[in-house]
Amino acid sequence: MDAKVWALAGILLVTAATFYIGFRSSRTANTTQDFLVARRTVRSRRNAAAVSGEYLSAASFLGVAGLVLKDGADALWYPVGFTAGYLALMLFVAAPLRRSGAYTLPDFCEARLGSRALRGLAAAFVVFIGILYVVPQLQAAGLALANVLPVPTWVGALLVTIVVIVNVFGGGMRAITVVQAFQYWLKLFAIAAPTFVMCVLFIGNGGPRGGAITGLTEDLPPTFTKATTVRVDTPVTVRVDKAVVLSADGTVDGTPASGTVYWPAGEHTADAGTDLHFSPGSSVPVVLGAPADNASWLRPAAGAGDLFATYSLMLALFLGTMGLPHVLVRFYTNPDGRAARRTSLHILLLLSLFYLFPILLGALSRLYVPELLVTGRTDAAVLLLPTKIAPGLLGQILGAVTTAGAFAAFLSTSSGLVVSVSGVLSTDVLRGRVRDFRFATAIAGGAPLALAIVLRPSDISLSVGMSFAMAASTFCPVLLLGVWWRRLTWVGAAAGMIVGGGLVLTSLVLNTVSGFTGDWAPGVFGQPALITVPVAFLTVILVSKATQNKLPADLAQIRLRMHAPDGLGFIRDRAVARFGTAEERARLADGRHRK
Amino acid sequence: MSRHAAGPPPPEKPYRDPPTKPRRKRVVLADSRAPVTVLRTVVELEEQTSYGEELVSQFVRHQFHIAIRLWVLAVGILAAVPAVFFLVPTLAEVNVAGVRLPWLVIGVLPFPLLFGVGYWYNRVAERQEQAFVAMVEK
Repeated sequence: MDAKVWALAGILLVTAATFYIGFRSSRTANTTQDFLVARRTVRSRRNAAAVSGEYLSAASFLGVAGLVLKDGADALWYPVGFTAGYLALMLFVAAPLRRSGAYTLPDFCEARLGSRALRGLAAAFVVFIGILYVVPQLQAAGLALANVLPVPTWVGALLVTIVVIVNVFGGGMRAITVVQAFQYWLKLFAIAAPTFVMCVLFIGNGGPRGGAITGLTEDLPPTFTKATTVRVDTPVTVRVDKAVVLSADGTVDGTPASGTVYWPAGEHTADAGTDLHFSPGSSVPVVLGAPADNASWLRPAAGAGDLFATYSLMLALFLGTMGLPHVLVRFYTNPDGRAARRTSLHILLLLSLFYLFPILLGALSRLYVPELLVTGRTDAAVLLLPTKIAPGLLGQILGAVTTAGAFAAFLSTSSGLVVSVSGVLSTDVLRGRVRDFRFATAIAGGAPLALAIVLRPSDISLSVGMSFAMAASTFCPVLLLGVWWRRLTWVGAAAGMIVGGGLVLTSLVLNTVSGFTGDWAPGVFGQPALITVPVAFLTVILVSKATQNKLPADLAQIRLRMHAPDGLGFIRDRAVARFGTAEERARLADGRHRK
Repeated sequence: MSRHAAGPPPPEKPYRDPPTKPRRKRVVLADSRAPVTVLRTVVELEEQTSYGEELVSQFVRHQFHIAIRLWVLAVGILAAVPAVFFLVPTLAEVNVAGVRLPWLVIGVLPFPLLFGVGYWYNRVAERQEQAFVAMVEK
């Protein structure tokens, strides 16, 4: 009970700090440009912290450790890919994107290719991807709060939505920038401090040999260190490598059971609502599809299918980051292209620093919370590990710190998504005044909240790999070719987005259907990027070549603007051109504004 | 005092300096908002003469080449890792300082590699931009 009080205190503290910081930095925001792009005044270090704060969502804060716990060495590619995406962004997109002077991703499409139709299509994709991302954040927040307070799950979702909407309402991008930068450092502390303490305790206890624990290098499944009860919420199939005796209460292997059950090596099932009791020292059954023993957990991809999955994941992550609309819009807040490039360099540093800790925590979890492997719900590892390693007050406080960090992740990612979706809604559907932005915020926050309450968490659980595959197959080709290839036309870009997005959606649907009807789909549908990304690129190129009469008229000018160094002063701010005061527009019109 | 000797001047009469003693004048040499000396090459860039366009294309090509080279370098190294461990499985069993090699090679080393490549690119790209600006403004 005490642990819950501490965790609740952590959550409330983070929420209050977020609210206060957002409120304080909202005071200076009063024009459309403040709300859309923070008046282009965010320096590279501040912006790097804000981007990292927004990017480190629940998938990074909780998910990476969980994946390492479950999949071992192969899961290490997730943090590497999450970081490498920013190298691609820096090398190919960051500076030209900022210099284009656009204020949203659809606006960039229109600036580069001069087509209202493409702008509309891009806006639809941004809103779709945005809502798809917010819903799981809200649901996770709901579950996190329901774990520490006896309230229904919608309360947590509502709490996050209110804080986010109030912040975005008050200051738009201006307020969110400071909030997200603060939350990066908060999350870094919330994962680094517990990791340090737990590593010290782990080594102090004599390492893996201190307890009766299976070492990570041994050719054996992990073992329970103490008597453990696992509750199965959704039907699960596990693989047993070493025969295990347990006592079950519910339905096991298709027959009702209450009492002792003997599981020989092989595959076994447990139905929803079953309680499984394990005694200390017995080996852990591992959910199907994950390596069952520690030795194979420790090794990277061993089969050809695994190798394909690894490469497909690498491609999706390396190229997907540059297609995430809520990340891209942050680069528009930098004063110039050079600052945008430096921002991505700082991001590389900040993310590298952060990701060392979830990897360590994932490996520790394999020793201390192996019971999560039975159900496969390994995302809880970061939250449960502290109380397992350090019983008593210390563990409770560490647990509260990681819970608070997770809540910061929900808050900062959803604020970034809401601000980017409202930016697009207010300028593409409405007229782009501050009033419109605030109205759009209510929709961009309210619609996902309604979805999060109505849908069950499993309905919309888009895996991380899949959502990056989506981004890599839609916006990435348009951006890369838009910046570097002069013969791109809007028809080609639109065709590529539709084909790429359609293919990913199809494989998502097929994969889900096959999951319900006996897993007949081959692995390629689980991570389709290695197929869909090249197809999307090819479509864009071929269709563009066939429609060369649709080349934009001001091609040379926009290329000059995107690529000429900032010092020459060719940047023309499209936000000022559309929403600026008469004086600002006049200054823009009298030619270049050199530094 | 001569100005006020005859009482306050009528409001519609414009104020004039006394002829004998010239007042200090502020001389403005350049308005900070006025365009700086217009350079020939910049105009060529802006008006998209064939020379200007060729300059831009060449510069874009340079920037792209450095970016793609560094990308191939970084991704080439990273992409080789799974293949190497797949082809030489014994390598995955090697221990370095108590940690298995794959965990070091995948979990730790890519981060300094990525930052190093990023740092290198940032330097080269900024230097190329400075060179371009200098060339245009010479």
